[in-house]
Amino acid sequence: MDILYLLIPLSLVFVAVIAAFFLWAVKSGQFEDMEGPAHRILMDDDLPEEGKRGAQQKSDENAR
Amino acid sequence: MEATTYNYKVVRQFAIMTVVWGIVGMLVGVIIAAQLIWPDITYGIEWLSYGRLRPLHTNAVIFAFGGSALFATSLYVVQRTCQTRLLSDGLASFVFWGWQLIIVLAAVTLVLGITTSKEYAELEWPIDVLIAVVWVAYAVLFFGTIVKRKTKYIYVANWFFGAYIVTIALLHIVNSMAFPVTLTKSYSMYAGVHDAMVQWWYGHNAVGFFLTTAFLGMMYYFVPKQAGRPIYSYRLSIVHFWTLNFIYMWAGPHHLLYTALPDWAQSLGMIFSLMLIAPSWGGMINGIMTLSGAWHKLRTDPILKFLIVALSFYGMSTFEGPMMSVKTVNALSHYTEWTIGHVHSGALGWVAMISIGSLYYLIPRLFGREEMWSVRLINVHFWWSTIGVVLYIASMWIAGVAQGLMWRATNDDGTLTYSFAQSVNAMYPFYTIRLIGGTMFFAGMLLMAYNVWKTIAAGRVVNDARIPEAVHA
Repeated sequence: MDILYLLIPLSLVFVAVIAAFFLWAVKSGQFEDMEGPAHRILMDDDLPEEGKRGAQQKSDENAR
Repeated sequence: MEATTYNYKVVRQFAIMTVVWGIVGMLVGVIIAAQLIWPDITYGIEWLSYGRLRPLHTNAVIFAFGGSALFATSLYVVQRTCQTRLLSDGLASFVFWGWQLIIVLAAVTLVLGITTSKEYAELEWPIDVLIAVVWVAYAVLFFGTIVKRKTKYIYVANWFFGAYIVTIALLHIVNSMAFPVTLTKSYSMYAGVHDAMVQWWYGHNAVGFFLTTAFLGMMYYFVPKQAGRPIYSYRLSIVHFWTLNFIYMWAGPHHLLYTALPDWAQSLGMIFSLMLIAPSWGGMINGIMTLSGAWHKLRTDPILKFLIVALSFYGMSTFEGPMMSVKTVNALSHYTEWTIGHVHSGALGWVAMISIGSLYYLIPRLFGREEMWSVRLINVHFWWSTIGVVLYIASMWIAGVAQGLMWRATNDDGTLTYSFAQSVNAMYPFYTIRLIGGTMFFAGMLLMAYNVWKTIAAGRVVNDARIPEAVHA
């Protein structure tokens, strides 16, 4: 099983890279706010202008 | 000058191609399912033989359909959540056209019988080199966009997409190492059981990072957006991410139980596979519980139905997988149709349904419409797909267990009770049910294509979705 001399070091290097990313993320404060990011994506309104106008018209018609 | 709009062009291109390649890949799947019932259905034409169409089917659905869906959603999500335009429009075009070229080359070479014979890595070395180049371009595009983000926090979906991009690059390059002989023939750098070990280290992690991690990134954005509620627990999503990444790498040997692989390596693979239940179910619960307090939306919103049923299949197949990696279960299930059923509960139930749901969310936004042309058709599509998947996996479960039991049955004097041909014969009814299920799922994709066509025809291409001015830190 000589292949393990390649695969195990490779996996360990990979785990080390993951660990480095993790430490960077913790140090740079990525995980300080555990609520905000979840809400922020909902504040981002991604409906197109045209679509919104259509939706507005529809609700206007319904009002009438 | 700072760009004031998002790059929707590349997202639109990949979104459309997802539907196209989904139809092509699933059609090939339906054909090979029919070949198992009627072996002469393609008149013995060598290009259409089972052995050549089967890798075409897997490559088309995983890398052409699944890949396009991932490019479309990751490049959309990274822009919206980082509130910035992609790093480079030129690089984005290169990734799109490069990937399409790879798909076409794959389709041609596989049908001609040019293959490395490594499962899910059948493409020959020139195409492998091209994949590596396009993938690195994709990585630069994605991470470059994250670096120039306008927001402080990197939203969790991007973490999942990022891990998938890095890991697939590593897996692809290591597994595809080969000595080229001619343009269409190469020999793997590894031999025998070593090659098998590298192949399944790749194969399992391709499932883990391409078909799971990346689609979880999709889930963490589109489920909250469609439900209009924040993810149930952002903290849990972070824990989910890191545990999944640390554990997944080691589970590959469970594909090689009872082979020449050393026993300890087999057991290690099995133990890590069992550990994977924890992060997988954590993620599933996190996604489904996002709907808590809004369950009523499931009644009226077919897009949400797609997303939530996809999560249910994710939970089911991530429970089934570790069970099948237990050696005693594997002794029965290995090499049977049960494996095919398991793969499709993940591939159709989870991967395809989460992609379809996300695309139904995305396409109106890319073409300046409020919603899809027909929401009713989405609902029909949902039911066809769900019933199709259930027929598919239930028939394969029964077929697999029957096969396993027939193969191991012995008479009192130690001879085999059934010949192999008898076990093949027993499969016919289940193959037929499977074909019906698969055809239903395929027909759903045609319905989707029609709906998308109508939406595009009635809409207007959005090239100028504005990046919001106010940056909330």
